[in-house]
Amino acid sequence: MKRNENREGIKGMANPGRYGIERVSYWLMRITGLGLLAYLIGHIYETSSILNGKSVWDSMLQLTQTTQGHIILTLVIGMCVFHTANGIRLMFAHGGFGVGKPTRPDYPYIPNSQNMKNKLCIYASIGVAALAMMYGLSVLFGE
Amino acid sequence: MAEEQSPTEASSKTVTLRIAKSNPEHDSASQFAEFKVPYERWTTVLDAILDVKKHMDHSVAVRYSCRQASCGSCGMKINGRPGLACFTKISELNSDVVTVEPMNNYPIVRDLVVDLEGMFSTHKKMKPFIINEESEVTANTKEFLQTPEQVEEYIQFSNCIKCGLCNSACPTMATDSSFLGPQALTQAYRYVADNRDKGKNERLKIIDESHGIWRCHFAGSCSQVCPKGVDPAMGIQMLRGYLLGFKK
Repeated sequence: MKRNENREGIKGMANPGRYGIERVSYWLMRITGLGLLAYLIGHIYETSSILNGKSVWDSMLQLTQTTQGHIILTLVIGMCVFHTANGIRLMFAHGGFGVGKPTRPDYPYIPNSQNMKNKLCIYASIGVAALAMMYGLSVLFGE
Repeated sequence: MAEEQSPTEASSKTVTLRIAKSNPEHDSASQFAEFKVPYERWTTVLDAILDVKKHMDHSVAVRYSCRQASCGSCGMKINGRPGLACFTKISELNSDVVTVEPMNNYPIVRDLVVDLEGMFSTHKKMKPFIINEESEVTANTKEFLQTPEQVEEYIQFSNCIKCGLCNSACPTMATDSSFLGPQALTQAYRYVADNRDKGKNERLKIIDESHGIWRCHFAGSCSQVCPKGVDPAMGIQMLRGYLLGFKK
């Protein structure tokens, strides 16, 4: 008998719209993690260019001084700050801290683990990342 | 003999019910069949599907039993989100179109019916029973006394009706077919947190593997779709607390 596994796949995993801010946070955590990994690889490539002499190093540095370079660095600042702040929340949560206490559930069954503390931490992580990006923009594009 | 009337026929409101129809033996993809269904304030999605089945298309395949969110049979994707059809009122969806599809992350049997065998087998893998040599029934068997606080530690997680909605909403399950899933992990916690149970180490060993508990990233979608307030996301994080040594 043929079987349709009906797995949601990457499309379902990446769709943050249906389950509230916690799923958006999950999605942002994955995206920023991948973004930071890409940056790390690029950064190692960039700094290792010094082995090829001063002129190569200088031309590589010039790439970061362009408008596109500044935009990428601003995104890196945002990704780094969000990933760190939300990561701290997740480290506590993964140890069982801040996820509420088990209790007899009552209708309408609002899950304790999706409590206001967690939601505030997610919004704060997004807010701090946005502020850091704005500061980064002002430094990189400022006079 | 008088012609049988649809229970909701007198209603003035109608909704377009889109039902995903597929038979994996013949079709590679689902096709949607649309039906105009009358509804009242109290009409559930399951009522509407059964209305269609009775009066418009007898071939619609749907699994159901209790009609009161106790048996966990009628789990399906309703307007893109997993839910129990008997526990979801059409009037609460605030939409003129209601789309019902089979739950994701389970093989489709036909139309809205999925194969839950995978979930049941991971559930069994968690040894969902009290492991305690003293629990054997003998002539001298005594009851296990527990304080209300000890009961509170696990009672929430024993409400699971194995509907499978949590596994369907889980983003890890969406891509990892070997992941144990929130249902099984929560049931592991249910027994680990029970002070009558002595099988904690056995269960922790089962879940501490590459496709086990570490693949949960606390997206919380499982808890949001649970129709019984089990809160699998909480159970999984608490369980991880045992593995990390924060809980004894």
